[in-house]
Amino acid sequence: MAADTSEAGASAGSQSGFGQVSRTKDVAFRLLALAATLIGIVSLAALLANVAVDAIGWLDWGFLTNPPHPDPYEAGFLPALVGSIAIMLLIALITFPLGVGAAVYLEEYADDGYLTKFIQLNIANLAGVPSVVYGLLGLGLFVSLLGLGYGTVFVAAFTVALLILPIVIISAQEAIRSVPDSQRQASYGMGATKWQTIRNVVLPRAMPGILTGTILALGRAIGETAPLIMIAAPTTVFGVPNSLLSKVSAMPLQIYNWASYPETEFQYGVVAAGVVTLLVVLLTINSIAILLRNRYDTRG
Amino acid sequence: MSQPQPDFSHDNIRTLRGTVFRYLFLLCALLSIMTTAAIVLTLLVDAVDFFAQVSLVEFLTGTEWNPTHDPVSFGVLPLVSGTLVITVGSALVALPIGLLTAIYLSEYASDRQRSYLKPALEVLAGVPTVVYGYFALVYVTPALDTVLPVNLSTFNALSASIMVGIMIIPMVSSISEDAMSAVPDSLRQASYGLGATKFTVSTSVVVPAALSGIFSSFILALSRAIGETMIVAIAAGQTPRLIDLTDPAGLFTNSVQTMTAAMVQIGTGDLVGQGPAYKSLFAVGLTLFVITFAMNLISELVASRYREVYR
Repeated sequence: MAADTSEAGASAGSQSGFGQVSRTKDVAFRLLALAATLIGIVSLAALLANVAVDAIGWLDWGFLTNPPHPDPYEAGFLPALVGSIAIMLLIALITFPLGVGAAVYLEEYADDGYLTKFIQLNIANLAGVPSVVYGLLGLGLFVSLLGLGYGTVFVAAFTVALLILPIVIISAQEAIRSVPDSQRQASYGMGATKWQTIRNVVLPRAMPGILTGTILALGRAIGETAPLIMIAAPTTVFGVPNSLLSKVSAMPLQIYNWASYPETEFQYGVVAAGVVTLLVVLLTINSIAILLRNRYDTRG
Repeated sequence: MSQPQPDFSHDNIRTLRGTVFRYLFLLCALLSIMTTAAIVLTLLVDAVDFFAQVSLVEFLTGTEWNPTHDPVSFGVLPLVSGTLVITVGSALVALPIGLLTAIYLSEYASDRQRSYLKPALEVLAGVPTVVYGYFALVYVTPALDTVLPVNLSTFNALSASIMVGIMIIPMVSSISEDAMSAVPDSLRQASYGLGATKFTVSTSVVVPAALSGIFSSFILALSRAIGETMIVAIAAGQTPRLIDLTDPAGLFTNSVQTMTAAMVQIGTGDLVGQGPAYKSLFAVGLTLFVITFAMNLISELVASRYREVYR
């Protein structure tokens, strides 16, 4: 990065008044930039501390194992928790093969033609489409056209899978790109075909990176709310989903629903407990990804 | 006895298998194009139905949004103006903070500091938006209400904007930082050689040189703010109203409804079937999709410019 010449330049210039002013400006700007860097992190930390304190006393075994209830002291999170995990597992099954397949094609097979550029630009754009629009896609395609039913596990998983697929593809591409070309050449030199090279050399080397990206994308999937609202997933269900076609709620939906209750016990208690549960699950998922990445880094 | 012929059938199978996988992978890649096509088609089909019942002119110029109660009216302008308020508000938070963050990470931070700060910033974008919405409603609004001299309503554009702004900081900072890192060191050295301080180098050399990347990060962040749904649905409320420029403070202290929040409101209602209220969902969705898609495309094109310049 930039060489650290400013210190020397500033001390040399400090004899003149001009140097003094620009040195002060330099330090002030440095502090301003640091403050800006920290402001978001600090305010999020403060809010998280608030919600953690509020969740105390509410987040207990009963909360995790009960169904929702209009009485805040009876209210529980179980159907939403199980629903979220069920949706997430199905999303993983859908996005992993599709995402890796698309990434392998773009990195290993595709030429630099217009079709490739078009696909690439299209993936980048899809990653920026608002999630609520994906909800409408799910409503129009899976619910209305294919008749898979409002707010079922199937529809929820397919809709959110399409939403995170671009992210999975982009991160899988990066992982595949980071496999050194010499390894591919070595494989070809042994007489391996392209597919054998991909299966035996490229994919095993890229797998930790691909898994990290996929798991982080699943973390995003678990927090998605708007698409589930659009496909008319119920904000509150009282039972755990028992088939792929049963109606399903999810943690963020249940939180959204509780946040609209006027009682303080809900606003500062039950919802706080729900938020902490959601964040703990999210944190667990992300730690798995980080652990994977670190193990990979030390070996590479 | 003649020499046995080498068995080439195994090679044929290998070639065939390679071809099969090649097309299978191509299909996965083409799925992304199919997704875009499916989005456009599903939005268009129902939006066209909607515009058969409500005229396009009325939709685009009407100043009342009232899809469910009689007399119904479908003017999208109040929703657009609500979206505009939130976008401007979050831009005021995220653009300066994100740009300063990028400058700090690229020019001032040590490698060690960067290795802590960058993942910490990424967390901001990873928090579920429903959680941010809850924070805005339950913690930020009451706190601001006690601090500020003006009266905040329970649902207001201010706390929603601040939260959307915090959420999009990493988008501004990470893309801007990439652009600043791509500025060749020789430019910095030339400036230091002339006796410039780090402040001058950062603001007069690095930022102008990375301007296209910074610009592209701004557009992308604004596009995210426009499409952000849960924060505004929870914290900004459901009052569709036009911008009233005679009351600038009221823009932010009162409740507004964005395009996305209106979609959530219709989505959580018990509307099924073919009425114009249900179909309006797709008309608003199409409007949102067109705006954000155009912005993402511009951002992508602007960003690809700076990559070529310094390569």
